[in-house]
Amino acid sequence: MLQEKKSKRGTWIALGCVAALLILVMVLENTMQPTSMLFTVLKKGAVYALVAASLNLLNGFTGLFSLGQAGFMLLGAYTYAILTIPSADRESVYYLYGGSAVNFSLPELFGGGTLGLILGVLAALILAGCVAAVVAWLIGLPVLRLKSDYLAIATLGFAEIIRAIFQWDALGPVTNGANALKNFPTFSSFNIENANGEVVFRLSTFVPFLLAAVCIGIMVLLINSTYGRAFKAIREDEVAAEAMGISLAKHKRMAFCISSFFAGVGGGMFAMFANQAQAKTFTTSMTYEILLIVVIGGIGSISGSCIASFLYVAASEWWLRFLDTETYIGAFKVPFLRTGFRMVVFSIIIMVVVLFFRRGLMGDRELGDVARSLGRRLSGKGKKKEAVK
Amino acid sequence: MKRVFALALTLVMVLSLAACGGSSDTPADDGGASESGDPVVRIGVFEPATGDSGPGGKQEMLGMQYANRETPTVDIGGTTYTVELVYADNGSTTDKAPTAAAELVSKDVSLVLGSYGSSVAMAGGPVFDEAGLAAIGVTCTNPQITAGNDYYFRICFLDNFQAQVLVNFAKDKFSAQKAYCLGELGNEYDQGLIAFFEQNFDGEVIKDSFPTNTSDFSTYLTKAVAEDVDVIFCPVSIAYATQIVKLAASMDLDIPLLGSDTLDSNMVLEAAQGSNVQLYVSTFYQEGGSPEFDDGIKAWLNEDSTAMTNNGGNDTIAAVTAMGYDAYYVALEALKAAGSTDPGAVKAALPGVTYDGVSGSIAFDEQGDAIRDTAYIKTADTANNAWALETVQTVE
Amino acid sequence: MQYGISILLSGISLGGQYALIAIGYTMVYGILRLINFAHGDVFMAAGLIMVYLSASLPIGAAVPLMILLTVLLGFVIERAAYKPLRSAPRMSVMISAIGVSYLLQNLATYITGGLPQMYPNLPVLSDQITIAGTSTKMVTVITPFLVVALVIALTQLINHTKIGMAMRAASRDFETAQLMGIKINNVISFTFVIGSLLAAVGSALYFTNYPSIVPLSGSLPGLRAFVAAVFGGIGSIPGAVVGAFLIGLSETVIKSSDWSVFSDAFTFALLIIILVVKPTGLFGEKSTDKV
Repeated sequence: MLQEKKSKRGTWIALGCVAALLILVMVLENTMQPTSMLFTVLKKGAVYALVAASLNLLNGFTGLFSLGQAGFMLLGAYTYAILTIPSADRESVYYLYGGSAVNFSLPELFGGGTLGLILGVLAALILAGCVAAVVAWLIGLPVLRLKSDYLAIATLGFAEIIRAIFQWDALGPVTNGANALKNFPTFSSFNIENANGEVVFRLSTFVPFLLAAVCIGIMVLLINSTYGRAFKAIREDEVAAEAMGISLAKHKRMAFCISSFFAGVGGGMFAMFANQAQAKTFTTSMTYEILLIVVIGGIGSISGSCIASFLYVAASEWWLRFLDTETYIGAFKVPFLRTGFRMVVFSIIIMVVVLFFRRGLMGDRELGDVARSLGRRLSGKGKKKEAVK
Repeated sequence: MKRVFALALTLVMVLSLAACGGSSDTPADDGGASESGDPVVRIGVFEPATGDSGPGGKQEMLGMQYANRETPTVDIGGTTYTVELVYADNGSTTDKAPTAAAELVSKDVSLVLGSYGSSVAMAGGPVFDEAGLAAIGVTCTNPQITAGNDYYFRICFLDNFQAQVLVNFAKDKFSAQKAYCLGELGNEYDQGLIAFFEQNFDGEVIKDSFPTNTSDFSTYLTKAVAEDVDVIFCPVSIAYATQIVKLAASMDLDIPLLGSDTLDSNMVLEAAQGSNVQLYVSTFYQEGGSPEFDDGIKAWLNEDSTAMTNNGGNDTIAAVTAMGYDAYYVALEALKAAGSTDPGAVKAALPGVTYDGVSGSIAFDEQGDAIRDTAYIKTADTANNAWALETVQTVE
Repeated sequence: MQYGISILLSGISLGGQYALIAIGYTMVYGILRLINFAHGDVFMAAGLIMVYLSASLPIGAAVPLMILLTVLLGFVIERAAYKPLRSAPRMSVMISAIGVSYLLQNLATYITGGLPQMYPNLPVLSDQITIAGTSTKMVTVITPFLVVALVIALTQLINHTKIGMAMRAASRDFETAQLMGIKINNVISFTFVIGSLLAAVGSALYFTNYPSIVPLSGSLPGLRAFVAAVFGGIGSIPGAVVGAFLIGLSETVIKSSDWSVFSDAFTFALLIIILVVKPTGLFGEKSTDKV
């Protein structure tokens, strides 16, 4: 009884925090200079947070080691792009293939305008997730029987196969071959403009935050449900879980499909962030990047993945950039600084985290747990309670 | 304890995120007086310094750096400004390009030069478009870059033009009936050129694509030999081109290799050195086109060891370097015409800018593309390790 | 005919080079159950070391020094990045390997400035010869023989020496081996030394054929060699060699067909089929889970 009350209060606090964060983003975006690097980092961070959380659901909560996340992102990105490129632009985007084989655009089907845009983008993102989930289901039939490392390699292989298929010339009228898909609605399309085309209210950072928050929220709910407990049981011990009546095949497939669904949505959002979708982008190294985020944040901690993705993006794309340019302090030339040094420093930081902070930023705890224990520690009551225990 | 530490670390980082965000919008507004006391105008350089287009990007930057050394100031609206080049490495990949572009936007540059490589230009384009910042493409030849983007201009020719030039050349010189095309899988530049080549070529075309990071090209070249083709067309980036040419040299390949502007690099030339490879490339500039520029940049390259390394270790001038040089001056012209450092004014002034550069005269059409009707075809003089002008091709 | 021969030749030589890398993967996996993602990058680093050494030293001195330095690199990587994580879950070690691979690639980018480096011409290996009317490099012919010789030497080492016995014991049961007085850290270091040594030899052969080195040069051969190791049954040395030759041959054959776009995809498809049909690979041992 007490437990229930407490968790309900926790939910409300968490919801309040998320709402406050969203409002903060909206306010910042409309008060600060919109060209600031901060917003680029926030957008990319939000997208990566979603994908990292989806990978964490699989790796951290179910114990299935998959390296196919980039492949599912690719599916999502292409589905989203193919469904939302305006009909008028199709000719020029598919210029090598004399137009597209898909001749409708979801935002237009929904009547165009603001409402059409919102509904069309949402529908396209959901479909992007569905396509990824269906493919994941198909892939899962053979590969989910494999154990840890073998599963990792098989999923990595599938991601590469998917990439090759999308680059195949014969599918050009649908996938545009090697060429990028572009001109579809991006985050900036959600900025509210007045009649002269000037932006009056910016929502381009708010939208990815909202989408990511909703998706991650659904994942958190899932993790806290009976399904989530079954996933964790599988992670801890497959044999024991099976003995307790958990259907391994069913739950593994479910976790794999759900994770891929959100990776697909994340892929669609990545396309929105990058303003284009191109198969070449979704390589194994992208999967590794996301995996590193999960590890830095803590395997088995959704809030850790979110924090880590913002830190990761900010560090690699923004804070460390000064390391790439030669700098003089007075007449003294700072040594080592030249192109490429940023990534060297960055990879050393990653190694330090992996080696010395093995459990990542959060371990397998959530932000709420940390705050609670911190609060207890500060009030001094916690210690007594623990001692009693 | 560790948890507290982790939380504290997170807090510090989040706070500094906010602090950085807060501070980053201040620096440019004061105009940032330079050492000489002149106000500063910033020009963004959106080029790859790493990745598989890195070598080309570096050579293109050399042109800009040299031009910047030559003319470090510009008069805008009666005031003398010092020009500062601001670099952002787009890493030759489309996922790093938008952030690199955003980085330039946040540094308050007046306009942007770049990039080498079409994919990255396309990925960065919308960011510039949204920020209202004009970009001048230097050697990105894919038609899609300027199409549908009001803020992207370019000073080079386009791929469909280039492919046409090479097709004509293959027909005139080798009366080619059968061609073998080889490009990187998923690379927009390679595949676009090959598609245009195929459209224009009225003979048989065999196409192949190799995956990224391939280094085994022997199968492809043997296949071309076995198919008995008349020409091999390989519009690939420098890293692959050097390997293909080197392999062709060791195989003693007697089929002529046709390349696009990317192959016009002294690294490719060196790979062919001392062999019987017949290598022809279409390009923007032929050494000797402007003796004054040639001598000047050679003197600089020989004096500056870093620049020399970036140029591939010798002082052969790549066409992209000449293009980078011209792009810098076009940017200065645009700033002068705008009479202000405001990006909006620069963008408004750009369509009207004309400039006589070392690579020919530059003017923009309504799409923002340079009006060009000539391309140089060079051949590798493998005995002397130099490029020789083969012909100047014009397409109506 | 001539075309077929040249395809076959390059397939076999490619397979041999993959085999040398694949052995490194398979041995480390056999003992540590770790996919050493950094192995492909050690291979790339060996190439770069050779480039820089040969700039200042004669080839005769540069080659042994290159092998020595590569071995040292492999040893240091094991001690610095894997040893501290010995008791950690397997996934952490694998991620550490990904981190090392990332670090090596970025370091290579920094040092070379992103410019492709040309591998020096090695005497004998780079000489041109003609077989059945097909011109090729000496290295193509030497590779398969060298690989077979090295593999025989390696199996002798593993089957008939004390350290070999220790390695077999460690791969069978890590903890029991430790209890039996085997200095497990030495055994693991030795495994890495052998793996890096073979990678160094492999890099000399590989880059003689394909002389341009970029920071990512190691990733693709590394991945393929790894697939070969899994294909043959990871942990088994003969399996890795057979797998490598099969992968090398099928890759060149696919590339020469009309389906060259799918050369990578085919490699992986083959792998997945093998894994699904026979999850432990061609020669892998059957493992059972203990509750």
